[in-house]
Amino acid sequence: MTMLDDHPSEEASPELEKKAERAESWRGFFTALPTYVFLIIFFVLPLIIITVISFTERSRTGKPVLGEWTLEWWIKLGDPLVRTVGFRSVWLAFLNTAFSLLLGYPFAYWIATRKSAIMRNFLLVLVLIPFWSNFLVRTYAWRTLLDSNGLITSIGEWTGLWGKMLFTEPAVFLGLLYGYLPFMVLPLYAAIEHLDWNLVEAARDLYAGAWKAFRKVTLPLSMPGIIAGSILVFIPSLGAYVTPDLLGGAKTTLLGNYIVTQFKSGRNWPFGATLSVTILALMMIATIIYFRKGGKTL
Amino acid sequence: MSVQQGTAHRPWVDRLLTINGWLIFGFLYLPIFILVIYSFSDSKIVGIWGGFTWKWYGRMFGNPEMMGALSNSIKVAIISTVIATILGTTAALALDRYRKWLGKGAFDVIMYMPVIIPEVTMGAMLLIWFTQVLPINLSIWTIILGHIAFSASFVAIIVRARLANLDDSLEEAARDLYANRWTTFRRVTLPLIMPGVMGGALLALTLSLDDVIITEFVQGPGASLLPVYVFGLIKRQVTPEINAVSTLMLGISMVLVFVSLGFQARSRSSEGNKEE
Repeated sequence: MTMLDDHPSEEASPELEKKAERAESWRGFFTALPTYVFLIIFFVLPLIIITVISFTERSRTGKPVLGEWTLEWWIKLGDPLVRTVGFRSVWLAFLNTAFSLLLGYPFAYWIATRKSAIMRNFLLVLVLIPFWSNFLVRTYAWRTLLDSNGLITSIGEWTGLWGKMLFTEPAVFLGLLYGYLPFMVLPLYAAIEHLDWNLVEAARDLYAGAWKAFRKVTLPLSMPGIIAGSILVFIPSLGAYVTPDLLGGAKTTLLGNYIVTQFKSGRNWPFGATLSVTILALMMIATIIYFRKGGKTL
Repeated sequence: MSVQQGTAHRPWVDRLLTINGWLIFGFLYLPIFILVIYSFSDSKIVGIWGGFTWKWYGRMFGNPEMMGALSNSIKVAIISTVIATILGTTAALALDRYRKWLGKGAFDVIMYMPVIIPEVTMGAMLLIWFTQVLPINLSIWTIILGHIAFSASFVAIIVRARLANLDDSLEEAARDLYANRWTTFRRVTLPLIMPGVMGGALLALTLSLDDVIITEFVQGPGASLLPVYVFGLIKRQVTPEINAVSTLMLGISMVLVFVSLGFQARSRSSEGNKEE
């Protein structure tokens, strides 16, 4: 490289250069400033306040009383009822993630391994449509299917295998699976589609069986998709509100509904705050464990 | 030899995968089809076919509450999308195009948190913030602020991905040709990242039109949005009118899917040009 090729600023004195660098750094700061301020006011401070509120007494109307502190709500997390709701939510979120992966992986694999690009794109669009479609509407569709006159109920009664499922836990599970399956499929598809198939080919050439090549090469290589998909399914399942509210009953309350209830008929905002912070913490722990297990693949 | 998509499977494996694939598509689409079909059924009970009718659509458009909620939804979606897109795009530019600045590390973390935080937590903390700390009455504006707070981050992620794929030699060339910063941005950077910006905006629009939880927390009295209004209706009583409005909402989603696919196709072709 000759001096002529270099950028003009390289010839400037180090002092000028430092000045230019500082100006550049301020420009970056001011570009981000509006968003920075917005997020501090409408995200960071509310997050701090909700944590503070979880330690306050409640007034007779259920609102928090600042200045009167208590640990009552954090202790209340140990109540049998609260524990049941919490375990049920984590269990359903876990089950949903596992089933989405089990159904979604062969599905995404099938789409990603179609020979013609046109076919792959066509199938991908077919996944994108439910992915972008209104979530409430998609959940409502199951409400009528699982109700007394619904198709699923008719099939169940005809075969004698099941009755009306609406307002039961299986109904909530079905709704969650239906709602979040596309969130699992898309990252899986992206990971499998970008896979270096030469590596799989090489394994086969070295006399690995089809199953072994899949287990030892394809599966580990698609790990980033598995992790991303699992996070995308687990987080909203854990905080699910619409699905259990429309398809579940009083016996299938999940954390999401339980929190909303605290702010409405339950009239206990500080406890609602405690639950909100807890669900956030649970989610962070799950995400961290997942990242640790998958290494730094994402 | 070009890399083949996938290795050769045994025929029975491929057949099983294909059957499984179409079964899952059936699972994904059948409920939606049935929902749409019953919006045309001349029977008060959803699930019993009573002959073809348009009357539920007539009822829907004649329902002032429903139409009020629809116009609120559109208003909120448009305003929050415009602001979230501006905030998200500038944030992505600051993070990608400027190497070091005051508080960049913290900003990088804060920017991504709204994406991974559960919506219930977000709704609860905004409700407490608006009613217990700030002297604001809940209204359509608190809904808009709430929607911006979570969708700006999604825009930032998409635009940043686009920026990361562009090399900055074009911008440098423009600057070497004595274009000032603003001209460089307007004439070079912005057109290049436009597909990402539009993709982000469409996602923000969809998120706003889909949201139930945050809206339910921060809405004021009498200013509901369509999904929250419909959610309330479903809980009271299921009627074919709900199927009709659901079909309308699906139609809006569908339009957004195809617009976004159009932008993706254009962005891919412009990236292709870059490689040539």
